[in-house]
Amino acid sequence: MNGSRLSKYAMVAPAVVLIVSLTIFPVLYLLWISLLDWDLQRAGRAFVGLANYAGALQDRRMWEALAHTLLIMVVAVTAELVLGLVLAEVLAGPLPGKRVVIPLLILPVIMSPIVAGYGWRMLWDTQYGPINQLLGWLLGRPLTLVWLINSKTVYFSLIVTEVWQWTPFMFLALLAGLVAISPEIHEAAAIDGAGRWQRFWQITLPLVRPLMLVALLIRALDVFKIFDTVFSLTFGGPGTFTETITLYVYLLGFRNFRLGYTAAMAVLVLALVSLATTVLLRRFSDE
Amino acid sequence: MHRYALAYLVVAVALAFFLFPIVWMFGMAVKQPAEYFSTPPVWLPRAPDLSHFRQLVLNRSINSLVNSLVIAGGATLLALLVGCPAAYSMARFNTGGRNFAFWVLSQRMLPPIAIVFPVFLLFRIIGWVDTYQGLTLLYAAFNAPYVIWMMRGYFRDIPVEVEESALVDGASTLRVFWSISLPLAAAGLIATGVFTFIFSWNEFLFAVVLTRARVVTVPVAMSGYFGSQSTFWGEAGALSLLASAPVFVLSLLVQRYLTRGLTLGAVK
Repeated sequence: MNGSRLSKYAMVAPAVVLIVSLTIFPVLYLLWISLLDWDLQRAGRAFVGLANYAGALQDRRMWEALAHTLLIMVVAVTAELVLGLVLAEVLAGPLPGKRVVIPLLILPVIMSPIVAGYGWRMLWDTQYGPINQLLGWLLGRPLTLVWLINSKTVYFSLIVTEVWQWTPFMFLALLAGLVAISPEIHEAAAIDGAGRWQRFWQITLPLVRPLMLVALLIRALDVFKIFDTVFSLTFGGPGTFTETITLYVYLLGFRNFRLGYTAAMAVLVLALVSLATTVLLRRFSDE
Repeated sequence: MHRYALAYLVVAVALAFFLFPIVWMFGMAVKQPAEYFSTPPVWLPRAPDLSHFRQLVLNRSINSLVNSLVIAGGATLLALLVGCPAAYSMARFNTGGRNFAFWVLSQRMLPPIAIVFPVFLLFRIIGWVDTYQGLTLLYAAFNAPYVIWMMRGYFRDIPVEVEESALVDGASTLRVFWSISLPLAAAGLIATGVFTFIFSWNEFLFAVVLTRARVVTVPVAMSGYFGSQSTFWGEAGALSLLASAPVFVLSLLVQRYLTRGLTLGAVK
């Protein structure tokens, strides 16, 4: 089909203008700022070339924030994958009542992460939260864990909250993959004497693998940018123990007002995410 | 029956895990302070009432709901308005080719912190911090790539023959887009609109940076209840309920498109 040249470009133009003016242009401005020595607490903004980048790369706190982010990412996404796969496997079959169950399981994904984060902050509360209470019952003795401040438990709490919110996403994606596998393949394999486990490893997993990779990459990219959950639960604490990269850049820019330095670090984050995005995009089949 | 026993056990545990936090949070809304600040916690409110909701009206937190509605609603309309024609052009005439389509999708993945920082500095210059147009336009721009990518997929699902017969009858491209393709893609359009609305409604980082007092959205108002000392759990519970109920209902409306919408079209 062939549209007139003019209308086909005219239809794209408004969107391009909007995206360019509010994302591309700001990114170019960001690049420019990153070359300046611009600090709101001092006068002047001299051009300093790549000095901010050199500083950022030697910033211990940035590397630590990156490490925290990667830790949350790897553990949370793995847990989401495993739990999501179990749920999908259970609900892919002809289970009566699943049409009611599935929309209920999805609710955490629909919730605002910041609202969910504050909700969980009340759940983790040492004195008034139900988690210590429930675990206390199970253990048969009162539990007074300070979940969000104790360095031994804080990551567990963060990751459980994250896993709670996003496992349903993984479940939903994998469910679609499992449902698409024709039952005849399983029946044929069963006739050939393949057991349940064998069928899972040899049939189910290879068939949902492409979808699984896309879901994993989407999730991993999202967790890399994690902000809301950390902001509401720990604000990076205790100290900077759970500070993630987005939170650190946020604090630098909006609490310390070191604009040039912040910009350089934001560019580094942008570069990292863009690199990861190209990997994801290759996985998207276009047809 | 017992062949489902294990499956139901898993489902029961999953439902408890995924729903309990929500129920607990919403329960805060109707508990009295003496109940939520008690050790051990009170599980069921003894005298549920709506005083926390009344408090939200009195302290004007309720305004944040209106702000969120205006901003998320406006951003959704704008993103659809610019996104649909672009998506159509790309789906039918392959405008910009494959690279352009992937460029659009990549815009969606940009780290928000790298956008909001320069946008904040720019908005400061033109006086757009804490304004409706500032946040609305930013949400529209950030979600337009999502709309384009999703709608491109929905338009591609429409058989070309349907449109070709109209073109033979002499209809212009815009006319075919507006009166044939868009209605045929209506379900996808609604689903995409609902997701754009939910993303904007739930968004926090842009909102906390770009609002001060006048156009504070629900997520930002929520954070206001958790200062270092003060804890207004009842109000927070009430607000969390008001923040979540609308998006829960919306999600039920687009149930069939949930997977496709959330996986960026990777699952049809």
